[in-house]
Amino acid sequence: MMPVPALSDLAVLLCAIAILLVPFAWAGLSLINTGLGRSRSAAHSMLSSLCAISVGAFVYFGWGFSWQGYSGGAAYHLVVGGKGWSWIAAGKFLLRGIVLDGSATSLAVLFGMCSVGLTALIPLGTGGDRWRLGAICGSTALLAGWTYPVFAHWVWGGGWLAQLGMAGGMGRGFVDAGGSSTIQAVGGLTALSIAWILGPRRGKYTWEGMPSAIPGHNSVLLLLGCMLALVGWIGLNVAGGLLFTGTDPGRAILIAVNTLLSAAAAALMGVAITRVRFGKPDASLSANGWIGGLVASSAGCAFVVPAEAIVIGGIAGMLVTFSVEWFELRFGVDDPSGAISAHAVGGIWGILSVGIFANFSGLAFPGGRQATAGGDSGQWLAQLAGVASLLGFVLPTTYALNWLLDRAYPQRVAAEGERQGMDLYELGSGAYPDFATHSEEFSQRRL
Amino acid sequence: MKILGFLLLLSGWAIVLGAVALLAPGGPRIAFLLSGIGVEAIGLAVFIRSHPLLRGERD
Repeated sequence: MMPVPALSDLAVLLCAIAILLVPFAWAGLSLINTGLGRSRSAAHSMLSSLCAISVGAFVYFGWGFSWQGYSGGAAYHLVVGGKGWSWIAAGKFLLRGIVLDGSATSLAVLFGMCSVGLTALIPLGTGGDRWRLGAICGSTALLAGWTYPVFAHWVWGGGWLAQLGMAGGMGRGFVDAGGSSTIQAVGGLTALSIAWILGPRRGKYTWEGMPSAIPGHNSVLLLLGCMLALVGWIGLNVAGGLLFTGTDPGRAILIAVNTLLSAAAAALMGVAITRVRFGKPDASLSANGWIGGLVASSAGCAFVVPAEAIVIGGIAGMLVTFSVEWFELRFGVDDPSGAISAHAVGGIWGILSVGIFANFSGLAFPGGRQATAGGDSGQWLAQLAGVASLLGFVLPTTYALNWLLDRAYPQRVAAEGERQGMDLYELGSGAYPDFATHSEEFSQRRL
Repeated sequence: MKILGFLLLLSGWAIVLGAVALLAPGGPRIAFLLSGIGVEAIGLAVFIRSHPLLRGERD
């Protein structure tokens, strides 16, 4: 078992402040999802975000953290090849036994509670305009209660992916400081499952399978959301670096600089690509590029130099911009917010970038995770094992759980709801009361 | 097709787990790990192709 990491007073203070910035990422993603959806579903989108964050917090408090745990905590091990591999934590439910006093474990609880909410927001944009509120709450409970904590245990809780270094001779084991995998890729792959289970919006595809453009209703909300997300992401990356990779508090500035540069490079790449391809820059795709850059920055933000962060962000911007089109045109996946591309594709690239660019010299990972005799040369293998686990465990699990939920409680709204808009159908009122609406269109006529 | 893709994803991951847990560092482990990811990639492709506009309305 790995020892419980200790944080200096400065690290505790900095970590607490950084975690308190994460709700800005909630606000950012919520605005992005809403701005890229239709005006007739805007209130539903924002309320769904609040509900997802709330359900995620309750479930994570109830049993999510007990299964995620933290390095050095109790866990179940599976002995294979003479080595014990930790696969799930064995904490007590309802956070019993954890003193919320500023210890590393208590900060991990707060960090997890904030980041599980962020993870739950990612699929909301994908399911926009057709995902029922009750189903959103149910799906979030499954995510916060099983998929997220189990994978987060493997990466951040001293689980088998983190053990790959010392037990498997793969560099420092799987490394992800700010959550490119645990938060972003898990959320992005959940979004992919939701897109498949819900199917595309009405009118999105013609009978020949050609997609129609359904533009978002408010680019200002979208771009404001991008700016707010940056603040939250800096908090996420700084807190994650301090808690899970033993980063020195002095590196917080490097992390913030890398996060900003990565997002900036990705956004400019999106602007440039859309300018060249379509003649004018596209706000939606450029915003997706920005988010993709933030997502990709998270895993290696503490271990790369700023020039490398620019390269990571630039490649993320390119991948996200093209993959939005691939998913829509080639794979028939209707993703109004581009969350699958920004979070799943950007997240997987972020994970791999650690294996390519990261330099761990001078860093003391928690739990004594030092490089084995082979040095850090095997790091890329550990990162590949993490990607394999996302595709081989997270995607099938989240798909199966949401498929079962869909059998018990249909997740897609009725056709009438799509025609009316989610606001009127599920909430009974719209987001923009100043807009003239013709009530007779939506109420039964008395003849 | 969907179930086949699902099974290939799980099988690829099982190969990766086996390589990580049972093989010593070196060429065979790298080969098995990459093979596992290759099987996953095929599974993902099959899974994606099994979902062409399954439930969506095409008006």
